[in-house]
Amino acid sequence: MTLTYYLVLAAILFTIGAVGVLVRRNAIVVFMCVELMLNSVNLTLVTFARATGTLDGQIMAFFVMVVAAAEVVVGLAIIMSIYRTRRSASVDDVNLLKY
Amino acid sequence: MTVLAAVDTTTTLGGGETVAFWVLGPIALAGALGMVFSRNAVHSALWLVQTMLCLGVFYVVQEAPFLGAVQIIVYTGAIMILFLFVLMLVGRDSSDSVVETLRGQRVAAAVLGIGFAGLVGAGIARATRGLPVVGLADAQGSGGNIPGIAELLFTKYLLAFEVTSALLITAAVGAMVLAHIEREPGSRQTQKELSRARFLTDRPQTLPGPGVYARANSVAAPALLPDGRTSLDSQATGIEAQEVDQMPRPTGRGQLGSPDAALGTLDPAPEGTDR
Repeated sequence: MTLTYYLVLAAILFTIGAVGVLVRRNAIVVFMCVELMLNSVNLTLVTFARATGTLDGQIMAFFVMVVAAAEVVVGLAIIMSIYRTRRSASVDDVNLLKY
Repeated sequence: MTVLAAVDTTTTLGGGETVAFWVLGPIALAGALGMVFSRNAVHSALWLVQTMLCLGVFYVVQEAPFLGAVQIIVYTGAIMILFLFVLMLVGRDSSDSVVETLRGQRVAAAVLGIGFAGLVGAGIARATRGLPVVGLADAQGSGGNIPGIAELLFTKYLLAFEVTSALLITAAVGAMVLAHIEREPGSRQTQKELSRARFLTDRPQTLPGPGVYARANSVAAPALLPDGRTSLDSQATGIEAQEVDQMPRPTGRGQLGSPDAALGTLDPAPEGTDR
């Protein structure tokens, strides 16, 4: 077994997250899929840090985690305020800008 | 140093790590698939927790124990709990609709996903064949993983670290602004105004409770007025009033015997229904 297995696993997880973003209608689940994509990228960064023998990849993964936390806080607050006005957490119901 | 390190590096990993990968990798994949395919949003969150825990173990295995701990504490501990909180706030039964807004979107997404996974997976597999495992022993020095990360974080990446603090403060303020509900000042009624408004109505006292009978103490049983009529006010809203004689008998009182037998009235309970 080589490090390639980790990278392929991360690619597959990223793809599953991307397909979930395209398919799911619930805004919270869409957010979870984005989190999965961020996590798979983190796995890639950690793997490459080990392959190249530098810690920079791990630092980058750390910053990705921080940004993901901030993104989740703001995103969930937006979903909450949308839910208060539209009584729905589905992305299909947020279409006021369409017309 | 890099040249020296590259001489004695290998491309294969140890046996224990191989076992850990082949055990946890499928579990992580199953969690990701379960998250996408489960209809219930709470189930999706729990599947994602499974995937994140597996990834945390992968970080620890790959010489990143600090990131592994942060993954488990911050991601599965804080972020997923935040997700669950919001799910409970917006109503967890607001399940996904099965209606496709765009026709053929699911099939297109599936084809796209399989194609993307094949392309990226094959590309990565070809490009990183024979990727050497240098390891972090040289980069970390004698202090280990956490001092190594701390040193980089506070020297080379100091600016990014400081900018992160601004980002976090902005996110906190933004969340407060978005989640805050503005109330008109003075629109909240005081206790005095509430009680005055109540005594101006027809019924200042509380509503009567439901009726309590020997054979029924359900909230669906209406209370009796002194003249034998049932009191309409005693019925809870949203519950259909029932005839007391038609109600199921109370159960779970084996030591007391049947309430009918104790009262010696009316029809005895059928054998075997009451314990």
